[in-house]
Amino acid sequence: MMESGPLTGPVPTDGTAGATHPRSAELSGVPAKPNPAANPSNGEIGGTFWRRFTFRRPLAALILQRLGLSVGLLFAVSLMIFGGIEALPGDFATTYLGQSATPQAVENIRKDLGLDRPWTERYVSWLGGAVQGDFGTSWASKNSVGEQISKRLGNSLFLAFFAALVSVPLAVGLGMLAVQFRNRLPDKIINVVSLAAISLPEFFVGYLLIMFFAVKYGVATFPATVYDSMSFTERLSAIALPVATLVLVVLAHMMRMTRAAILNVMSSAYVETAELKGLGMFRIIARHAAPNAVAPVINVIALNLAYLVVGVVVVEVVFVYPGMGQYMVDAVTVRDMPVVQACGLIFAAFYIFLNMAADILAIIANPRLRHPR
Amino acid sequence: MSDYKDYLTRQVMLGKMNRREFLGRAAAAGILASTAGTLFATSAAAQEPKRGGHLKLGLEGAAATDSKDPAKALSQFMFVVGRNWGDMLVESHPTTGAPVPALAESWEPSTDASTWTFTIRKGVKFHDGKELTLDDVIKTLQRHTDEKSESGALGVMKSIKEIKADGDKLVLVLTEGNADLPLLLTDYHLIIQPGGGIDKPDAMIGTGPFKVTSFEAGVRATFEKNADDWRTDRGYVDSVELIAMNDATARIAALSSGQVHYINRVDPKTVNLLKKAPTVEILNTSGRGHYVFIMHCNTAPFDNNDLRMALKYSMDRETMVQRILGGYGKVGNDFPINDTYALFPEGIEQRAYDPDKAAFHYKKSGHSGPVLLRTSDVAFPGAVDAAVLYQESAKKAGIEIEVKREPGDGYWTNVWNVQPFSTSYWGGRPTQDQMYSTAYLSTADWNDTRFKRPDFDKILLEARSELDESKRKDMYRTMAMMVRDEGGLILPMFNDFVNASTKQVKGYVHDIGNDMSNGYVATRVWLDA
Repeated sequence: MMESGPLTGPVPTDGTAGATHPRSAELSGVPAKPNPAANPSNGEIGGTFWRRFTFRRPLAALILQRLGLSVGLLFAVSLMIFGGIEALPGDFATTYLGQSATPQAVENIRKDLGLDRPWTERYVSWLGGAVQGDFGTSWASKNSVGEQISKRLGNSLFLAFFAALVSVPLAVGLGMLAVQFRNRLPDKIINVVSLAAISLPEFFVGYLLIMFFAVKYGVATFPATVYDSMSFTERLSAIALPVATLVLVVLAHMMRMTRAAILNVMSSAYVETAELKGLGMFRIIARHAAPNAVAPVINVIALNLAYLVVGVVVVEVVFVYPGMGQYMVDAVTVRDMPVVQACGLIFAAFYIFLNMAADILAIIANPRLRHPR
Repeated sequence: MSDYKDYLTRQVMLGKMNRREFLGRAAAAGILASTAGTLFATSAAAQEPKRGGHLKLGLEGAAATDSKDPAKALSQFMFVVGRNWGDMLVESHPTTGAPVPALAESWEPSTDASTWTFTIRKGVKFHDGKELTLDDVIKTLQRHTDEKSESGALGVMKSIKEIKADGDKLVLVLTEGNADLPLLLTDYHLIIQPGGGIDKPDAMIGTGPFKVTSFEAGVRATFEKNADDWRTDRGYVDSVELIAMNDATARIAALSSGQVHYINRVDPKTVNLLKKAPTVEILNTSGRGHYVFIMHCNTAPFDNNDLRMALKYSMDRETMVQRILGGYGKVGNDFPINDTYALFPEGIEQRAYDPDKAAFHYKKSGHSGPVLLRTSDVAFPGAVDAAVLYQESAKKAGIEIEVKREPGDGYWTNVWNVQPFSTSYWGGRPTQDQMYSTAYLSTADWNDTRFKRPDFDKILLEARSELDESKRKDMYRTMAMMVRDEGGLILPMFNDFVNASTKQVKGYVHDIGNDMSNGYVATRVWLDA
């Protein structure tokens, strides 16, 4: 009873799920308004195409539903960013010219960019371009937003990828190690060091690394500016310090979540059984405990990955790294609306996508979540 | 005394002190100026420029929104970029501020200074191989005169009525006489571009000592030596790299680890720590920029000159220079001109902190209750601290100042030039006339003290077309006194430009014109191996 409990049981395939558990189908259909029985074309299950689809392929339906919601969410985000910038004091013309603005120059810029039109009209025309993939041109530099962003986004992803490549396996591995040596010296060392790293603000960690590795010993490359003509290895050497900073910042969170989730599962009865039947500790953690602890860990990893892409502006500034964050801050400072909108949308898309991916992975790992009650 | 002289001499030899500073301190100590003459001659002769090398500069002030069009250059970063690839018609002398020939070989004013004839240099080639023509010059100036160009030099160009060719000479007809016209053409936006840059304003093709090899807005710009440069006394290094570094600590780390040779905008708060680094040299240059507290002369309660005087006497200028500028600056005297300007009116008594006089004027003004001062850190570095210091010094005179911190975002739109009492800063202008016309003429857009005096305006306009220098100097003296004693300007300090370089960098010219050797830093220095 304990060992083959529903938690570790084989994942039922989508097709059989519907046929063998009619009750769950009924439950998942509750919120739908049209009366399923009223549809004469399908006697057995009834309902619209979407209802049938939900019934037969709950996972695919769930993903589709999440995608739909994401699009709606992105739309709402774009509206909020637009509204937010409108609410900031001063518009592009006055902030771009700063102290040196003359009424005539401000007037010229406003007319040029159509800032004299009502905001609804401007939003709709921007949206019209954006859905076709045209984010327009930057007001300040007159360059294509899409082109500039692709470069900056590439840089951000490059940094985030390597930070994730180091930090995720390290965090999960250390978490498992901490469980294995729970409440003993290695566990305590791992905990103290990672907590210390997370307690220091990221810019401070950055400055410390710069001070020791760039200024004192001169072994690391600083500034971390990357540019087109750089070779791949040069780029790697340039991002070494920012990657180290980011790893230190995100490591503790993921590591501790892994540790807590596994410990939670370890106290359950089926693990005790595994122990009793003589399995080794590491095998129990890897084979039996980890799969059940995976959902919360995935969520934390997804959040941290999202942070690595969109939340690293401070690290970018400290290391002089040309990523998306700095680009967006520059644009907000002068109210360069097309750039801010595009950056905001991309950031939102990353967050939404990563969270969705985390949800879906959690559902795949845990079939019970497939049929929400 | 001789020890002090030796000390000063050593500072000069080490390149730690510029001529102006030496003369100032030496005069204070009673050392003859002739000593200075020989000293500077030898120290200059000892430095023979070396050619070659790759110069790296870490600069604050770049943004992803920077435009490549020189007409729209605003940031410190783009200022240096433009100076590297382009030339103006006229340059200003680094120590005297007088106009010196650049792409214009010579010039001649009419007797009333309202028509100017310029001879354009021949045999100068643009980076694309084309020869500079009079037509290029005319078109460039026309582009900046056009309202639609959104040029930063529009204000300067307003006074030019007509731009035309007379044979092979350039003729500028002004709306009124202006003895300072050549200096106006030193504006960093007015880079001469092929075809005036009308077709390709973003091309970054000019006649400067360096050609642009790559440019990424807000990130980096690289340059290589222009082999066809028309001048031999500049552009000593083979290539230049400008890296955008907006974080002050990152700049200092990059300099002290030797990753860059030069950084700008060293924070006065950390400059003393940076000074201790053995490889680093602090480069501070007296400048024309000043930090100000501005009152609207036409708005109650500041429409009362006694209250204005009370507030002026409540300002402890020495403390401001020490605490806010870390000593890297000079005290101000409530008019916007200092001794770096040509025709500076000497001998005006320095206004000092005097709580008694402040209390006297305050009582006479009949004002009671707190005075509201609005400030923000964007007004100038340390503006909020300065406001609090001011609050303290005014309290001793019995004047209560209420400091209100405003959001930095939108400060220039909602507070500066809008609210009756606020903090702000002014960059320098090439001439006294420009400074007064920009902010103290009754009709000026940026008259941020609402100083509206027809008698002042009249002298200003007269001085502008006066070619007799001694008469002009007298006029500027009268104007300075009017602003000092009746205006709404409290000017506690002129800030130095504080930059730093590694000891490898030689030949740095302390230019009073503007920050970073007037933007020419990369073209003037060389690297000593």
